[in-house]
Amino acid sequence: MAIAKEQDVVPFRNRVREVAVKIKMGLVNQTKLITAASELVRNMLRYANGGKILIEVVSKGRSNGIRLTFMDNGPGIADINLAMKDGYSTGKSLGLGLPGARRLADEFTMQSEVGKGTSVTIIKW
Amino acid sequence: MEKIPILKMGPFLLVTIQVDLYDRLALNLESDLIQMVNKISAKGVLIDISAVNIVDSFMGRILGNIANMSRILDAQTVVVGMQPAVAITLVELGLPLHGVRTALNVEKGMALLQSMLPVTSTEENTEDDSIAV
Repeated sequence: MAIAKEQDVVPFRNRVREVAVKIKMGLVNQTKLITAASELVRNMLRYANGGKILIEVVSKGRSNGIRLTFMDNGPGIADINLAMKDGYSTGKSLGLGLPGARRLADEFTMQSEVGKGTSVTIIKW
Repeated sequence: MEKIPILKMGPFLLVTIQVDLYDRLALNLESDLIQMVNKISAKGVLIDISAVNIVDSFMGRILGNIANMSRILDAQTVVVGMQPAVAITLVELGLPLHGVRTALNVEKGMALLQSMLPVTSTEENTEDDSIAV
């Protein structure tokens, strides 16, 4: 799914919810996943003017989960450790987006290269 | 442009968020609401988020902003109807909504706002039948 403007966020969240309902994810986990996704989408829009998101169903043994991959061609993040700290923000936000998304997801990986872009992957089982 | 309607109920303003909010819409609501508080000298703001599935850090910050701005304008804010899953997510996210009063439902929220009205106030009665003691 391509995200280019703020209004794209609502259909994206609905799409994630549809998939989550399809694999019978519980309501609390659905909410956590979509909230984390919402934080990451906002970052993508604000700092990289949008990007692409891949929604996949993954399975491990008997459990199903959802993997979301956020890819952008934005400015990248110079210091990932600093960006992951609670309360750190280069914008004027609360600085909760990235660390909060990591807490809400079960698995969180992030790669970033300054000048090239950022890719964040989260999985919720 | 979509807009979230703001209803006047006696000295209070009532907002029911029924749609999925994106950031611009939330920001518009914030400024509309604060202007309305000023215009009608509202004493309280009730925000019903029972239909809201997702409150992320941005939306949480808007709720906090509305509460703080209204307080400066002498109005109390109560957020009502938060879904349990949303509450769990907010705390895990790290956003416990400091400074925002909450109530379980609109009725209790109205009662809370009534109870915070100054005793000297001789405003007309609101349509709400659950006057707090």
